[in-house]
Amino acid sequence: MTAQAAISFSNVGQVFRTATGSLEALRGVDMTLHRHEFVAVLGPSGCGKSTLLRLASGLLSPTSGTVEVFGLPVREPRDDIGIVFQKPTLLPWANIEDNVVFPARHKTGRVSKDDHLQAQAILARVGLAGFEKRLPSELSGGMQQRVGIARALFMNPDILLMDEPFSALDALTRDEMGFELLRLWEAQPKTVMFITHSISEAVLLADRVLVMSERPGRVIENLRIDLPRPRGFETANNKVMHDYVSHLRGLLLKRAA
Amino acid sequence: MTMFHTSEASSSSAPREGGMDLRKTALNLGRAPGLLPLATFLAILIVWEVSCRVLAIPPFVLPSPSRIVGGFEAISATRWLEHVWATLQVALAGYFVSIAVALPLAIMLTRSETVSRALYPILVVIQSTPVVAVAPIIIVALGSGDAPRVVITFLITFFPLVVSTTTGMLATPPELIELSRSLRAPAIREITQIRLPFAIPYIFSALKISVTLAVIGAVVSEFVAADKGIGYYIQFSTSMFQVQQAWAGLVVLVAMSLVLFQAVSAVQRIFFAWSLPPERS
Repeated sequence: MTAQAAISFSNVGQVFRTATGSLEALRGVDMTLHRHEFVAVLGPSGCGKSTLLRLASGLLSPTSGTVEVFGLPVREPRDDIGIVFQKPTLLPWANIEDNVVFPARHKTGRVSKDDHLQAQAILARVGLAGFEKRLPSELSGGMQQRVGIARALFMNPDILLMDEPFSALDALTRDEMGFELLRLWEAQPKTVMFITHSISEAVLLADRVLVMSERPGRVIENLRIDLPRPRGFETANNKVMHDYVSHLRGLLLKRAA
Repeated sequence: MTMFHTSEASSSSAPREGGMDLRKTALNLGRAPGLLPLATFLAILIVWEVSCRVLAIPPFVLPSPSRIVGGFEAISATRWLEHVWATLQVALAGYFVSIAVALPLAIMLTRSETVSRALYPILVVIQSTPVVAVAPIIIVALGSGDAPRVVITFLITFFPLVVSTTTGMLATPPELIELSRSLRAPAIREITQIRLPFAIPYIFSALKISVTLAVIGAVVSEFVAADKGIGYYIQFSTSMFQVQQAWAGLVVLVAMSLVLFQAVSAVQRIFFAWSLPPERS
């Protein structure tokens, strides 16, 4: 595959200094996410998955090794990256539309009429037309996370970093949100780095699943998921899907034992 | 806290056999806004009045409610307003100075670990100093104008404001700070657009506490040195053994505190409705 590399880690190590000593979160991580590829990063909790996301976003600098985005070393946060957090973390005082345009207001200090029109268009795409003037507290958890996604999409990023975005939702909403994310991604392809600890979610959504070891985290499996797209609820019944899931489960269980 | 209380109450109300009707009546009474506390208050007044009369309690020990009402007539309404205005002026001046000092100070404490480590112990020392004991010293140092009274009120009100505002600003979800950093936004906007608004519920808790403390501060300063104000009037009345007049002054002070507290609550309700906890159902 000669696709352009969007994010690449080479021999990345990360050590955190804490009050009680040092904590080695990552050791010798090598991975490449190609342009417009949907990659799920799967691993047990505390394996440094979120650290990977913070390194890619430029919020954190690696202790050793290099992190590159579109061929350039990451030194500070970039404009072409959107982040979706585990919790929606919306501004409780601002209505939905103002939450979506918040990146513009925060970065430049002002918001144009076009910004608002764009926010309305994005909200319509994530299925929240008509909710523009509501407050976050009036929305369900799933809807709030849609706003979180809309906010990340607002700056029209090439790369979307998602840190267990659906883990706080109930199982049914979680699947629905996953398929909606795929729909958005297929309509406007982006490079997606999707952190998760759910095996089935990783297989269901991703082109490729990278499995992390427990701490210090490194990549122990790079599994291409050859399931037809578009994917939906019927994909979950696919025989091949079960093979992928049981393979990954075996891998994680073996290491946990 | 509130949440726990609500869920406990609703879970315990599910299976019950005896005493149902009485509880229901009490519940219904509780639902009508203000009716239950009003009934309690009236009951206390009646018991108080009856006890004073039946037990023949001397008025200087405990004047009956009717005598206290009589105490209001000792001076004219205009004089009352003058006293109220004097106390209110000092309380509000001290309160606003306190806000003007506390907010920037809280921002500094939030921004810098060093500033926080340097200033925090001093703030605690100031807070630990009994203001009542310092009041005479401040009056001597600053003379007899309104300035020393405002300073005393300031000292008693600003600590809760600084602590709550700082706590609120530090309780901002870390993800939003990361969002701010990922946008490479100027640091001032992290304060104005994220941290300060997030601290609003904390700030209002402190504003409500501090506004009643401001009345206490004003009264304490009037006890030490003043020729007007409700605090002065209470002290003057007791020195003349006119206890029912002092009680009347006390009633005025309570009313003043309540009105100020409600005013702050109203500001929060009107301008920052989102910051109120969800209503109990």
